Amino acid sequence: MDTLEAKKETTATIQTQTISGSQAVLEAFVAEGVDTIFGYPGGAIMPIYDALYDYHDKLKHILVRHEQGGIHAGQGYARSSGRVGVVFGTSGPGATNLVTGLADAMIDSTPLVCITGQVFAHLLGTDAFQEIDVINITTPVTKWNYQVTDATEIPAVLAKAFYIAKTGRPGPVLIDITKNAQLQQFEYEGYTPCTHIRSYRPKPIVRKEFIAEAAELINKAEKPFVIFGQGVILGKAEKEFKAFIEKAGLPAAWTVMGLSALDSDHPLNVGMLGMHGNYGPNVLTNECDVLIAIGMRFDDRVTGRLDKYAKQAKVIHLDIDPSEIDKNVKATVGVWGDCKETLPLLTKLVEEKKHTAWVNKFNEYMAEEIKEVIQEELNPTNDILTMGEVIRNLNELTGGNSIIVTDVGQHQMVACRYAKFNKSKSNITSGGLGTMGFGLPAAIGAKFGAPDRQVITIIGDGGFQMTLQELGTIMQNEVDVKILILNNQFLGMVRQWQQLFMDKRYSFVDIASPDYVTLAKAYGIAGQSVNQREILRDALSTMLNHKGAYLLEVMVGKENNVFPMVPQGCSVSEIRLK
Amino acid sequence: MNKQEFTITVYTENHIGLLVRIATMFSRRKINIESLNTSPSEAEGIHRFTIVINEFEEVVRKLARQIEKQVEVLKAYYNTNDEIVWQELALYKVSTDEIAEKAKVERLLREHGARAVVIRKDYTIFETSGHREETDKLVEVLAPFGLIEFVRSARVAIIKASRGFHEKLKEFEEAQPGEEQVENEFLNKQEGIFTM
Repeated sequence: MDTLEAKKETTATIQTQTISGSQAVLEAFVAEGVDTIFGYPGGAIMPIYDALYDYHDKLKHILVRHEQGGIHAGQGYARSSGRVGVVFGTSGPGATNLVTGLADAMIDSTPLVCITGQVFAHLLGTDAFQEIDVINITTPVTKWNYQVTDATEIPAVLAKAFYIAKTGRPGPVLIDITKNAQLQQFEYEGYTPCTHIRSYRPKPIVRKEFIAEAAELINKAEKPFVIFGQGVILGKAEKEFKAFIEKAGLPAAWTVMGLSALDSDHPLNVGMLGMHGNYGPNVLTNECDVLIAIGMRFDDRVTGRLDKYAKQAKVIHLDIDPSEIDKNVKATVGVWGDCKETLPLLTKLVEEKKHTAWVNKFNEYMAEEIKEVIQEELNPTNDILTMGEVIRNLNELTGGNSIIVTDVGQHQMVACRYAKFNKSKSNITSGGLGTMGFGLPAAIGAKFGAPDRQVITIIGDGGFQMTLQELGTIMQNEVDVKILILNNQFLGMVRQWQQLFMDKRYSFVDIASPDYVTLAKAYGIAGQSVNQREILRDALSTMLNHKGAYLLEVMVGKENNVFPMVPQGCSVSEIRLK
Repeated sequence: MNKQEFTITVYTENHIGLLVRIATMFSRRKINIESLNTSPSEAEGIHRFTIVINEFEEVVRKLARQIEKQVEVLKAYYNTNDEIVWQELALYKVSTDEIAEKAKVERLLREHGARAVVIRKDYTIFETSGHREETDKLVEVLAPFGLIEFVRSARVAIIKASRGFHEKLKEFEEAQPGEEQVENEFLNKQEGIFTM
């Protein structure tokens, strides 16, 4: 009661001003430190765009070519900057075009605030022009969503939206604002950031006894193995993570989403997990005695067959989201909490160790994988270009300093397997949802999120053709992204499965491409296409040194496969090298 | 372990759209909701859902956590039938003539603890409450006498071990949970009802 009274008193002294709902939205952005919005206007969001006209000095708006491109750009921005991505779309089709990106951001825990316009409140439910029930359509793919019909709600709702999007396990939030609320003038009392919602506990309380139990298991372990995911990056706990594995001498393998949290050449980085991951981490998952999972969710692409996954091991699972613990793999000890807090507590309790013989085992498997797979992939002995050698050359030229944005498919797996990183938040890809068409728009967003860094997007010929209209966005905003198309003239990953599991019945995977260099030229983007090894290196170097956007197409082997591979329905230890 | 009946109790904010958000948690996993009740709880502004499903304990446990994860959900509990006391309300509309003329009907109603809610010339509405089998049984015995209409409510259930939601709510309203507050008691131990 006392606080309520006190609040009344303070608000009474605050100078209010009359502003529109649209202005309130933009004021919230300014207060939250938003600098870039990706969006596309339309009838129902016009009042907000009208207000935006007066905010051009505070808020940059990037006009995309499709709302899906807008939201993927928002995701790329969020992932490269570690901040909340902000997206605008209009009602109806504008809103439905956001759905793929929302689903992608939901499954990959990417913080987004999306604002959609909506028809006037009095028209809701009348099948008005461009009216769609966006709240119900997006409920399963948002962390939170809300429809505003009254402008006075806007400051508090926006504050809640940002708070929910970025705290705890991040995720996308969608706020649908009816046109009348955007236009409505109201007494604005300023913006107060949200710090607490009673029904929402972003961070579970850290329980010391489970940290102690976990430390004891690690200290007793002879073959401990760390597997980590994006939680380390989202928790901004890269240093804490490194200190932990270094002290206890723990070999660590990453999921696709965890890639770049630990430097590629770190001696304890033993490689990639999962379906196209490295040989050692997969096989040794079923040999370790203690499996320490950090900020990862045991996706089926990581675990393969669950009933044959790490059955011999005691499992320690660190996660900020309590519903992830025991979801797919039963934990011996579950450690709730933000790994930024839990890892240092754990590091304090673990003994300094080396586990040299055990770490060497990973190296032995790696030596075999190099011999059987990697050597030929990175340094092919025939004339046909491989995706792997493109990435190797790229590594040598960039030194692992670039942000690599990938699309989905074979090139994605090859890039994740071979690209080198020495900085976190450098690998941006569609992990959980596997959204083809993600790469190009995400790269645009990534560049705005990290303007000082080199952004290279590696895309297949299939995925590029899904969202290539965003070349227009690159042209208009002079976005400096390097587009590297690895063209195998097939929908390669599906073709690989058809070859391996469906008797080579290549059903609709033969995809034709336009002349990409000419296409880029139409957009004023320089480019080149190469199909010979002799000029590959120079071409890559030209691309990297070019001022502004550049498109390089590399013609790679049509029927090359990505190996190793854990076939679907098989155990990780049944990984195939060919 | 077989599938069995579980009652899921969910405390939520009273906001538009939450019913859909919770319902999709079930439909997404292709779980049929046998019965669903939602109404204001004893705590102001807090709604209470009572949802009955037939499932494996493992599935229900994960589901309860996913529900609890939703931003506007305060708490989700799940219980087997022996951990709760529950009732369903049923209304029966029968012809008044039949009731007046056939003493046997009256006896049936008495035996099933039915209470007259409305008596009109043309029909009478009775009410009973109880478990599904009990209300079903009365439908069955009334059928030969011309049961005109029947309706049954969803299950409402009280958790035997529960101490109410007022105290719990205070914890949720605190800006920062205190050191001593046991919030995420190890999930596998379900005995303490008010631990997550």
